[in-house]
Amino acid sequence: MYTQALNSSEGEDRNVEDAARAAQFQARIDAEERIEPNDWMPAAYRKTLTRQISQHAHSEIVGMLPEGNWITRAPSLRRKAALLAKVQDECGHGLYLYAAAETLGTSREELVDLMLAGKAKYSSIFNYPTLTWADIGTIGWLVDGAAIMNQIPLCRCSYGPYARAMIRVCKEESFHQRQGFEIMLTLCRGTDEQKAMAQDALNRWWWPVLMMFGPPDQASQHSDTSTKWKIKRFSNDELRQKFVDATVPQAQYLGLTIPDPGMKQNEAGNWEYSAIDWEEFKQVLAGNGPCNRDRLAARRKAHEDGAWVREAAMAYAEKRRQRSALQAAE
Amino acid sequence: MTVANIQVSETPLVLYTLRRADDALILGHRLSEWCGHAPMMEEDMALANMGLDLLGQARELYSYAAKVEGRDNDEDKFAYLRDVRQYRNLLLLEQPNGDFARTMVRQFFYATFADLYWRAMMRSTDATLAAIAAKSEKESAYHVRHTSEWIVRLGDGTEESHARAQSAIDELWAFTGEMFAVDDSERGLIDAGIAIDPATLHPQWLKTVTGVVGEATLALPKNDWMQQGGRSGRHSEHLGHLLGELQSMPRTFPGATW
Repeated sequence: MYTQALNSSEGEDRNVEDAARAAQFQARIDAEERIEPNDWMPAAYRKTLTRQISQHAHSEIVGMLPEGNWITRAPSLRRKAALLAKVQDECGHGLYLYAAAETLGTSREELVDLMLAGKAKYSSIFNYPTLTWADIGTIGWLVDGAAIMNQIPLCRCSYGPYARAMIRVCKEESFHQRQGFEIMLTLCRGTDEQKAMAQDALNRWWWPVLMMFGPPDQASQHSDTSTKWKIKRFSNDELRQKFVDATVPQAQYLGLTIPDPGMKQNEAGNWEYSAIDWEEFKQVLAGNGPCNRDRLAARRKAHEDGAWVREAAMAYAEKRRQRSALQAAE
Repeated sequence: MTVANIQVSETPLVLYTLRRADDALILGHRLSEWCGHAPMMEEDMALANMGLDLLGQARELYSYAAKVEGRDNDEDKFAYLRDVRQYRNLLLLEQPNGDFARTMVRQFFYATFADLYWRAMMRSTDATLAAIAAKSEKESAYHVRHTSEWIVRLGDGTEESHARAQSAIDELWAFTGEMFAVDDSERGLIDAGIAIDPATLHPQWLKTVTGVVGEATLALPKNDWMQQGGRSGRHSEHLGHLLGELQSMPRTFPGATW
C-alpha cells in the first residue's frame, strides 16, 4: 500500500566504485534517463532501492491484515466483494514490488525472511488496529490517500522497474481511495451512530496518517542522496503539507472534524497543523505499536503453516522434471 | 427497526435460486477467510479470485430470487437476515477451511460438480438462470483447473502433503452425495426444463474426480454413506458461527445503510 520515509541510504560507497562510471551514472540520472536492471549502478543505489522497494512490498503484504480483518464482517455483499478485491489488489502490489526488488539481485524469499525475522520495516500505519467498519473507510480515504501523495512522484523514480510498477499501483490506489471516501460519505449521511463511528475513526487515524510521511525534514538524515538519485522528488514535509491541504476540504465536505483544534489556514492557503507526537512514531517503529506483535505473528503463522504446501509444490515439480528426463532418455 | 429474520416465500423457484445463492455465498465467505493468510502470495490471489467469483454468483442469484419472490427482500436481506435454519447451502461448503489441503479438496469436489452443473443449466428455459449459468460455468472451469492441479501436487508431492490430502478426501467425501440429491420441490422445476437433474451428472463427476485423485496417487474412500440436510436447513454446527460473523453488522445496527 505504501512506503514511508524509506528514502535513507547506507553510508557512502563511492570509494569502491569507479569514479568515472559513477559520474556517467549521475549524468544519466540528471538527464532523466531510466536506470534498468542490467545497467551499471553504484552499490549504494542498489542497496537503497532494494531496501525501499522491499519495505514497500512488505507494507503491501502486512497491510492486507488490518483490512482483511473486516472481510468476513463487511456489512453488505457489495462492500464485502469490494473489500476482498481491494485486499487482493494489495497482494498483487506486493507481488509486483517483490518482482521489481528481485531485478536488483535479491530474491523474494530472502526479502520476506528479513521481514519475518523482524529485520526489515514496513509502514508503521499497519500497526494500528481496525476496530470498526469506519476504519475500513478511513484507511481507504486517508491511508491510501497519503500513499498516493507519496507514490505519484515515484512513478518518475530513476529506477525503471520501480517506476513502472508504481504507475499500475497508483491507478489501483486512487480507485481504493475513492472507494474509502464513498464508505465515509455513506456513514456520514447515515444514522447518528454511523456518523459517530466515522468521527471516531478519523480521530484515531489522523495523527498516525500524518506520521506516514516520515520524520520532519530537519530530522530526516538521508534524503540528500535519494534526491540526487531522483528516487525521492519531494521532502517529507512537502508531501505531508500537500496531503493536509487536499484532505481538509474533504473532511469538511463529509462534515467531520479533524482532531486538531489548533489547525488554521495561513495566508498562502495552506492548512497549518499542530505538532506531531514523534515519540509515538518512534515507539511504533521500535515495535511498540498496538499491533506490531500481532502483525508479525500473523505473517509468521501464514508462512509456517504454508511451509508444507510450498515443499509439496517443489517436490512435485522435481518429480515431474525427473520423469520427463527419464522419458526423454528412453 | 428490527433485527428479526426475514420471512421468505419459498416457492420452488425461489427456493431453488436461494439454494444456489447460499452455496456461492457460503463457499465464497470461507475462501475469503484465507485472505492474507495463504501459503504463498500467488495462492492468496487465487483464493481471493475464486471467492470473488462466488460472491458475484451469489449476488446475481439473490437478486434474481428477490425478483421472483416479489416481496421487499433483496440480496443483503437474504444474506444477512436469515438464520441457520433458513440457509439452504450444501453441507460441504460450510465445512471449515482446515488446512490448505482441506480447502482445496472441498473446492475441487464442488467446482468439478458446479462446472458440469452450470454447463447443463445453460440450457435452462429460464433465461436469467441460463445467463447466470453461462457466466458461472466459465468461472467454475477455472476453479476446476486450479484445484485439480493442487490435488495432484499435494497428493504426489511429499509424504506430509499426501497424508494431508488423503485425510481431507476422507473427511469430506461424505458431503459430496448431497450435490446430486433432488427433492420434490426441485423435481417440478426439472420436469419444466427450468432446472436440470444433478443425478445425471454423477457419472461424469465421478470419472473426473477419480481421474484426478488417481493421478495424485490418492484414493477415494470405500464408505459410501452420505450426509444430507443443508438443502432443508439442517446444517452442521459450523454454519451458525460463520453466520454469526457474516451477519454481525446488520444485526448490531438494524436498519442502517452501508
